[in-house]
Amino acid sequence: MAFELPSLPYAEDALEPHIDARTMGIHHGKHHASYTANLNGAVGGTDLEGKSIEEILGDLSAVPEGIRTAVRNNGGGYANHNLFWQIMGPNGGGEPSGALADAINSAFGSFGEFQSAFSAAAATRFGSGWAWLVAEGGAVSVTSTPNQDTPLMDGKTPILGIDVWEHAYYLNYQNRRPDYIAAFFNVINWDKVAELYAAAG
Amino acid sequence: MSKQPQGLSRRDVLKLAATATVSAGLAGAPLGVAAHDQQAAQAGANSWPFELPDLPYAEDALEPYIDARTMGIHHGKHHAGYTAKLNAALEGSEMVDMSIEDILADLDSVPAAIRIAVRNNGGGYANHSLFWQIMSPDGGGEPGGALADAVNSAFGSFGEFQTAFAAAAGGVFGSGWAWLVADAGALSISTTPNQDTPLMQGLTPILGIDVWEHAYYLHYQNRRADYIAAFFNVINWDKVGELYAAG
Ligand SMILES: [Fe+2]
Ligand SMILES: [Fe+2]
Repeated sequence: MAFELPSLPYAEDALEPHIDARTMGIHHGKHHASYTANLNGAVGGTDLEGKSIEEILGDLSAVPEGIRTAVRNNGGGYANHNLFWQIMGPNGGGEPSGALADAINSAFGSFGEFQSAFSAAAATRFGSGWAWLVAEGGAVSVTSTPNQDTPLMDGKTPILGIDVWEHAYYLNYQNRRPDYIAAFFNVINWDKVAELYAAAG
Repeated sequence: MSKQPQGLSRRDVLKLAATATVSAGLAGAPLGVAAHDQQAAQAGANSWPFELPDLPYAEDALEPYIDARTMGIHHGKHHAGYTAKLNAALEGSEMVDMSIEDILADLDSVPAAIRIAVRNNGGGYANHSLFWQIMSPDGGGEPGGALADAVNSAFGSFGEFQTAFAAAAGGVFGSGWAWLVADAGALSISTTPNQDTPLMQGLTPILGIDVWEHAYYLHYQNRRADYIAAFFNVINWDKVGELYAAG
C-alpha cells in the first residue's frame, strides 16, 4: 500500500504569524507531497511495500542498494514532515508538564536550558537538516541530522523536531534562522510531544 | 601550469594585479590579466581579513532570472555572513597570510578547533566570490574558443553539457553546488554538499551554481529546475573562458 500525504491537522494559516500560510501551503503541498511521491516511486514493487516507514528507516541497510539513497532521502522527508505537522499547533507554546517535564529537567536542568540547547542545535546545523528532541529508554536528549536523515536511523525516537531547511522559513524570515527558531517555540504542541514521549516508552 | 590547485594561480594573479608584488608560487602563471584589475580592486588582497567583494553589477541586473531581492540578501547577508565568520575563525591563527584557495586546498593543515568553521565559511566565501563573477546581465548563449572545444570534447556538445550540468544541479539533495571544473585542461561536472568546493580536491571550479534554497526560494520556491534553466541565461561565458584559460 502506498504511503499517503497526511492532511495538515490545521488550516494553512493557523500558525500565523509564526509560520506564514504561504510557507505552510508550499511546504506541505509541494515539498512533503514530493517526498511522498518519490518514496512511493522508490519502494513500489519491492519487498518494502507493506512495511511501516519507521521499520524501513530503522534498518536502511536492509533496503536494496539501488534504491537506498532514494528511500533514505524521501522516506526521511516523508516521516520527518509527518511528525513536524503534528508537533505544532495553533494552541501551542508554553512548556511541557508531567513526565515529559520531569525528563527535560532531568536531562537539561530546566526548560530554559533545554530551550537554549535545542535552539543552538537548530541554529548551528550547517546547510539543510533538522534539530530534534529524542527519547531513548525514557531519557531525552537534543541532536541534529543533515538533510532528511532522522534519529530513527540511529534507533532513537524523535518526539520533537524543527525543520531548518531554508524552505521552512525563507519566505518569511530569509536568512534570519534564529528568528524562525524563536518563533517555533510559540507553536510547539507540547501535549502531542508528551504523547509521543509516553508512547516511546 | 603546476599541479597545484589551480584556482590558486588565478587568485595569486589577482593579488599580483592588486599589489604588484610577486610571490614565489607564481612562476609560470599567465600574466595577461589587465582585465582582472577591476575585480582585484574590488576583492582586495586575498588574505585575512577577507573582504566581501562588491557585486560586479546592480542587484537588479539579472532580473527576471534572478530577482533583485534575492541578490541583495544573498550578497549582503549570506555572503557577508560567511566573510565575517571566516575572518573571526582565522583571527590570530597562523593562516592570516594565506590565500583562501591555499587554505581550502589543504584543510588538514587548519587547526582542528577552527577547521569546520573555516571549511564552511571559507567555502561560502570563495564559492560566492566566484558565483557573482560567472554571471552577468550580458550573459547566456554558449562559450567560444578553447572552452567550447573542451566542452565539446568532454560532453559531445554544448546541449549535452547543459543537460548534464542541469541534472547534477537538480540532483543535489539538500544544500550545495554543482560545478564545471577544470583539471589540467579537461572539464568535468561535479557537485559538493553545503559550502564544500572542488578546491578541496585540488580541482579548479570555473562555473558553479548555488542550489542552496536561499539562492532561489523567494522567486522560484520549490521549483529548483526552473531556477537552473534560468541560470543559463545569465552565465558569463567570457569570464568562464578566462578562468578556464587561467587554470
Ligand atoms: Fe521541510
Ligand atoms: Fe548562497
